[in-house]
Amino acid sequence: MMPAQPSIQVSLPPPFNSHSVHDQSKTPTLLTQGAEALVFRTTFLTPSTPCALKYRPSKPYRHPILDKGLTRQRILAEARVLVRCRKEGVRVPAVLAADWEAGWLLLEWIPGWTIRRCLDAFLTPEDTESPSHRNDDNPRAAELKDLMRRIGLTVAHLHSIGVIHGDLTTNQQLPTSLAGTITLIDFGLAVQTTQDEDKAVDLYVLERAFAATHPAAEELFRGVLEAYGGAYNGGRQALKRLEDVRLRGRKRSMIG
Amino acid sequence: MLALGLEGSANKLGVGIIQHLPPTPSHPLPSSSSSPSPPTSTTAHSLKLHPHPLPPPQIRILANLRHTFVSPPGTGFLPRETAQHHRRWVVRLIKQALKQAAERLDCVCYTKGPGMGAPLAAVAVAARTVAGLWGKKVVGVNHCVGHIEMGRTITSSSNPIVLYVSGGNTQIIAYASHRYRIFGETLDIAVGNCLDRFARTLNISNDPAPGYNIEQLAKKGRRLLDLPYAVKGMDCSFGGILASIDVMAAELERAEREGGKWRVPGGDGEEKDVVTREDLCFTLQETVYAMLVEITERAMAHVGANQVLIVGGVGCNERLQEMMGLMAESRGGSVYATDERFCIDNGIMIAHAGLLAYRTGFDTKMEDTTCTQRFRTDEVYVGWRE
Repeated sequence: MMPAQPSIQVSLPPPFNSHSVHDQSKTPTLLTQGAEALVFRTTFLTPSTPCALKYRPSKPYRHPILDKGLTRQRILAEARVLVRCRKEGVRVPAVLAADWEAGWLLLEWIPGWTIRRCLDAFLTPEDTESPSHRNDDNPRAAELKDLMRRIGLTVAHLHSIGVIHGDLTTNQQLPTSLAGTITLIDFGLAVQTTQDEDKAVDLYVLERAFAATHPAAEELFRGVLEAYGGAYNGGRQALKRLEDVRLRGRKRSMIG
Repeated sequence: MLALGLEGSANKLGVGIIQHLPPTPSHPLPSSSSSPSPPTSTTAHSLKLHPHPLPPPQIRILANLRHTFVSPPGTGFLPRETAQHHRRWVVRLIKQALKQAAERLDCVCYTKGPGMGAPLAAVAVAARTVAGLWGKKVVGVNHCVGHIEMGRTITSSSNPIVLYVSGGNTQIIAYASHRYRIFGETLDIAVGNCLDRFARTLNISNDPAPGYNIEQLAKKGRRLLDLPYAVKGMDCSFGGILASIDVMAAELERAEREGGKWRVPGGDGEEKDVVTREDLCFTLQETVYAMLVEITERAMAHVGANQVLIVGGVGCNERLQEMMGLMAESRGGSVYATDERFCIDNGIMIAHAGLLAYRTGFDTKMEDTTCTQRFRTDEVYVGWRE
């Protein structure tokens, strides 16, 4: 569901608020408003370098000390995880600049479609009742299967370096083209841990997102898990844990 | 229609009588509901096939009585003593409520769960007894659903995100296709439990409620100290926060025992370094309420809602209401909250939710009128909403 559009105009911190009226192309455009951050598309250094600006405005309801501390902590954590991923070869947006006092993080612009859009493009135009997408002779089916495999490998790579995405949905992964490398985005909830439980919950969230995206996508998800399980040492264990997580649905029994 | 509601899932014993008035011409009943008397053999199962949405009810509160078991400062309420309290008071409260209502009841509603076992059982026995004496149907009610329905009706909020915060529960709830779905919840103890136990640490009175007394002290607090901040997606956790603030309270107590004051550097100046009990209460409130507002905001962004309803005992807290109001305002929405009559556990909410279910044809068979400590909000089929 689309998040509600902000009813109150947000004023960006400098230097993003000083675009000249003559050059409208440089004005940051709002892409999404999440619970905490607003994501803008803007340019940096040169007018032809697009980038994504993630701005965390201060929250009026929070005590100023708490607010400053949380904003700083979260921007730094996100930047650190991104830098770490890049160092280890996981494809993520590069960190271009950050100001944790002012509350913003500037990231490389990643062109491409979200996995969700790719799936929609694959699955919607044709009658999804027909088994065509399951037929291995179909070139589209083979392409789709390969996409699933690459999603599995990407997530496995991320987990193998001890990073948990925290909000892995089909909107958070962008293949630059349908056959291209998959880039993971939005590390706002990422944590660094190597526990099977966290990996399993990450996979569970992705599984639910697949199921919510498209009825046929649920079956495709098996391809993701297959690739995931064989990709690194802890993969099988994480999948085993996923079975437990599925059973309890990430919920605890209420005590009262 | 009239219902008696009995609530006793924790230390409050509540007895309420509610009346659902016939719909005014502006809210005509759907044609299918022209026969309000339910078939006797209806079970919860068959209801799943036949939702029976009701218009927003017009209610009249005929009685809303409560008696609270207050334990001495520094102690909590134990199951056995609380159950004894409920058994001691339930007959008196029911008699008093009936005197106020003086009209014919349609059903007897009681809290089936979740809650503390012994107090729940004490009240379930009372409900069974009076229903048997008077030959009335019994309706077992989920405590959380009671809070939600009462809050929705009192504030006339149609489809809000619900923050349910009390001594036993902390949940973010949104309604979707006949269920109240839990989007986020505490991973360990409830926020109210965190406050209650800190009140015990400080030896604050439990009268009228530990949380209320913390709120009064917090109003005089100035200094915000560093506490853990435990939000994980739409879930949160309070165990580590309680442990940290307890350590601070112990430091403070030791300093005071030695005849001095507890100073924490960073307050800018000799006198401002002094930390008081009021500062601890302030710190605890600011931190845990910021967490609650944050996860509520995340749920709102997730489902695209802009109304918030706060229910449960902690929902009385004015600072929480104020913070939630600021958040809702920045999203172009509004916050709904009720006062202590409906926020804190009461019988009227059980009567109300029970009567809503009863009007859709639901009742609990005598052999099923048990109670349970574990009863999730999303287990209840909400047949009375579209």
